[in-house]
Amino acid sequence: MTSINWFRYASPVSFFPAAGSLARVFGVAAAVFAAIGLWLGLGVAPTDAQQGEAYRIIFIHVPAAWMSMFIYAVMAGWAAVSLAMNARLSAMMAQALAPTGALFTAIALVTGSLWGRPAWGTYWAWDARMTSELILLFLYLGYMALRQAIDDPRRADRASAVLALVGVVNLPIIYFSVTWWNTLHQGASVSLTAAPRMAAIMLTAMLVMAFAAWFYAIAVTLTRLRAIILEREKRASWIGELVGAE
Amino acid sequence: MSLAEFFAMGGNAFYVWSAYGLAALLIAGEIVAVRSRLRNARQAVREAGGST
Repeated sequence: MTSINWFRYASPVSFFPAAGSLARVFGVAAAVFAAIGLWLGLGVAPTDAQQGEAYRIIFIHVPAAWMSMFIYAVMAGWAAVSLAMNARLSAMMAQALAPTGALFTAIALVTGSLWGRPAWGTYWAWDARMTSELILLFLYLGYMALRQAIDDPRRADRASAVLALVGVVNLPIIYFSVTWWNTLHQGASVSLTAAPRMAAIMLTAMLVMAFAAWFYAIAVTLTRLRAIILEREKRASWIGELVGAE
Repeated sequence: MSLAEFFAMGGNAFYVWSAYGLAALLIAGEIVAVRSRLRNARQAVREAGGST
């Protein structure tokens, strides 16, 4: 049995080519899952008895909302590793995740708003779930702005990592907001502890779309990570050879 | 179900298709942005390599 030295991939130079191949694989997987998910969600899943067709927004809204929180957790995790171990690649990983996290947060907010109008009669309310999700968007944007504002990348790594870690308190607030406060947003349709409160085909379509969103996030984040590695290490001698080799 | 019915989305066409359309637009924008960022970074490395 051959053993892989995983620590090899903790350095940007060996990770750079691997990230490129992984990004391609996950990009293709995301496209395939999105095609299947859209076909199931828009074509196969039946009309909802209560909401008619407007409920079909769920197939992008819920996966986007899940990803918005999941990416933040992963980003904060890499930020913590970068602080604890002073690891450069971990900091770049956190940096690469932020724009995609912000994107999914924006999609969750926009699609939620477009769903709220036909379902509740309003595009926006200062409901606990919606407000805490909006705060998540500001956390992502604040994280990116803070990085931008600091010229020295190593200092930017540390400062933004602290901000990312402080912002983690918002995640349980978003997640439990629908149980802690009885405001407008409905409770979870799917949870780990109870049977799903939706038809099997709707649930399948939503999960397939969630995988598509996940694979997309991996592909686009790895591509951005490659750009960040080049931007930050462009004076290193090994990097010219890497770019020339591709 | 006819194609016209499908696009009508039971009278909620505006909300459903706006949601899907805006999401697709945002995602397409990110793909374009990240690809051009990688291209520019590659270019910058080549230029830096030439000068040293």
